[in-house]
Amino acid sequence: MRCADIIRTGVAVPCQPWPRHLLDAAAWRAMAASLASDPTLDLLALWGDAAMVHALLREPATGATLPVSVATESGFYPTLSRARPAAAWFERMIRDLWGHHAEDGRDSRPWLDHGAWALHAPLSARPVAVAGQPEPPEFAPPGDRQTQIPLGPVLSGFAEPAQLRLTVTGDRVARLEARLGYAHKGTLSLMRGKSPLAAARFAARLSGDTTVAHSLAFARAAEAASGAVPPPRAIALRTIMAATERIAGHLSDLGAIAEPAALARLREAMARAAGTAFGHRLMMDAVVPGGVGADMAAGGAEAIGTAVARVTEAVPALRRAFAGLDGLSGMGVLPPDVARALAVADLAGDVAARVAARLGSVEHLAAALPGLLTALPAGPLRADLPPATGEGIGAAESACGEVFHALRLEGGQIASAFAADPGWRLWPALEAAAPGIAVADLPVLVASFGASVSGMDL
Amino acid sequence: MRWRRPEVEPVGPVDPATTKMLAERLAAASQVRLGRSLALFPLAAGGCNGCEVELRLLAGAVYALERFGLSVVASPRHADVLLLTGPLTRTMHEPVLRTWQAMPAPKWVVAIGDCAIDGGVFRGSYAISGGADAALPVDLSIRGCPPTPVQMLEGLRALLALNAAEKSATTGIGGG
Repeated sequence: MRCADIIRTGVAVPCQPWPRHLLDAAAWRAMAASLASDPTLDLLALWGDAAMVHALLREPATGATLPVSVATESGFYPTLSRARPAAAWFERMIRDLWGHHAEDGRDSRPWLDHGAWALHAPLSARPVAVAGQPEPPEFAPPGDRQTQIPLGPVLSGFAEPAQLRLTVTGDRVARLEARLGYAHKGTLSLMRGKSPLAAARFAARLSGDTTVAHSLAFARAAEAASGAVPPPRAIALRTIMAATERIAGHLSDLGAIAEPAALARLREAMARAAGTAFGHRLMMDAVVPGGVGADMAAGGAEAIGTAVARVTEAVPALRRAFAGLDGLSGMGVLPPDVARALAVADLAGDVAARVAARLGSVEHLAAALPGLLTALPAGPLRADLPPATGEGIGAAESACGEVFHALRLEGGQIASAFAADPGWRLWPALEAAAPGIAVADLPVLVASFGASVSGMDL
Repeated sequence: MRWRRPEVEPVGPVDPATTKMLAERLAAASQVRLGRSLALFPLAAGGCNGCEVELRLLAGAVYALERFGLSVVASPRHADVLLLTGPLTRTMHEPVLRTWQAMPAPKWVVAIGDCAIDGGVFRGSYAISGGADAALPVDLSIRGCPPTPVQMLEGLRALLALNAAEKSATTGIGGG
């Protein structure tokens, strides 16, 4: 039986816009076994709940998105990481936050919890207070004729905190292993018990560089869970904000690879335009559940239009400049089969391929924006969210991939929340693409993926 | 081809209130012997990376920090000023302390953004110690979520102006 068919045998629990299928442990194991042999299904997220583990899968061929769950038994659930190695990061996070163990998982080391928190398993039904004593993270040891370079958690160049352990042979990277969790802020716990409107500011601060995408996915999840429909003007303004943010994000990451001065000027122009139009250079808190926080300011459309025209004009020269950099070809190759298994098929190839894809994306978004700015419908900016009980999942595109938020509301308040930043797919992809690069090229490789730390650290 | 003035961000006068606050703070410190330049080490203590987005723009071509004698360095051992962003996560407490200890005196801490001031929206979380002052003596706070590059630059220029005034008073040279 195909994996998607196994999932559909489960009881459908109401969840908008996709019903959530509840499997027993045996069916979940069968799903895992089928996932191993079925490369056509993407694992987008895996997260916990009181006595439950949820997964979000998608069939790229049909676009069908499948939420699926299994109840934990005595704190255990059957692993997915034997079938999908990238699930190991999620399983480590689930253990740290909810205390559920993946039975026979590939990796049982902690991920977010370094032993310093005031609570153990903070999202479990009964968190235990602990006197936090940080423990040094464990890394895989070096092999014969290999040495290790420890980097972080304090890094230079405005990097977010992370430990990167490079195992090297000469100046070549044999293995990159990341350990995150230093920027864990307990965001999911802070969201609980609040209305979606009150919790939106936490969603907006999961990752500053993709604040619009996170706010939008969160708002869509909240709207789906409570049956609210945002008005047309709000939807149009959100689309403009999301496109503006995605262009800005690509410009930032490209500027960390090459042409820093030209890209800094364009990035600044986009930030100023966003500030003029939406009152905040990153458009933080501009998207709210039910719609948008405020209307676009007078002159906003012109400001964004002017900045975007500058970007469009610069793209051909940027394309020539990047194409002239020989070093990017062949650097940091992510093989297509690995990319597919990690649900990042569009990032396959070398740094040059990812740069070209980003420039293409910038061009495409910049071409779409003028039309969006002129076709802005009139009308209200926000719909009220009824104090509903229900579940919803929301998705939104960011510069570095799709963001997903899942919410369970009880009487209009958040009973459970999860946010799947693209980082969950990008960090494993980054580790897979690192072998063979020169140590000095690491920042370029990292920028080509643009993985956020904070979004994944929650 | 005509020479054109490079496009850099125009700036207004330094905020006197900020300068005064710093002057009071530094009067208590005994030895301040820096020139009219400051080396900055940015450190994310666990924020959302919004402050990093703005800091990166501040350090880029548009704001041209070097014209003020400000430079971003890659190691705390070369730094005069620690630019701390984000709420102080419990996991980053020790690394932040060690970074501070690695900096040679005299040295300053600038808390950038609402989170670094008091933990911001993350205050009260099981994973957060508080703001930068939960671990370090903060000399200057720059509000905002995140503060704009212009706001950050105002704060750093106030620090420079004060530093230069101090130097001028003790050696009779420099100033301004």
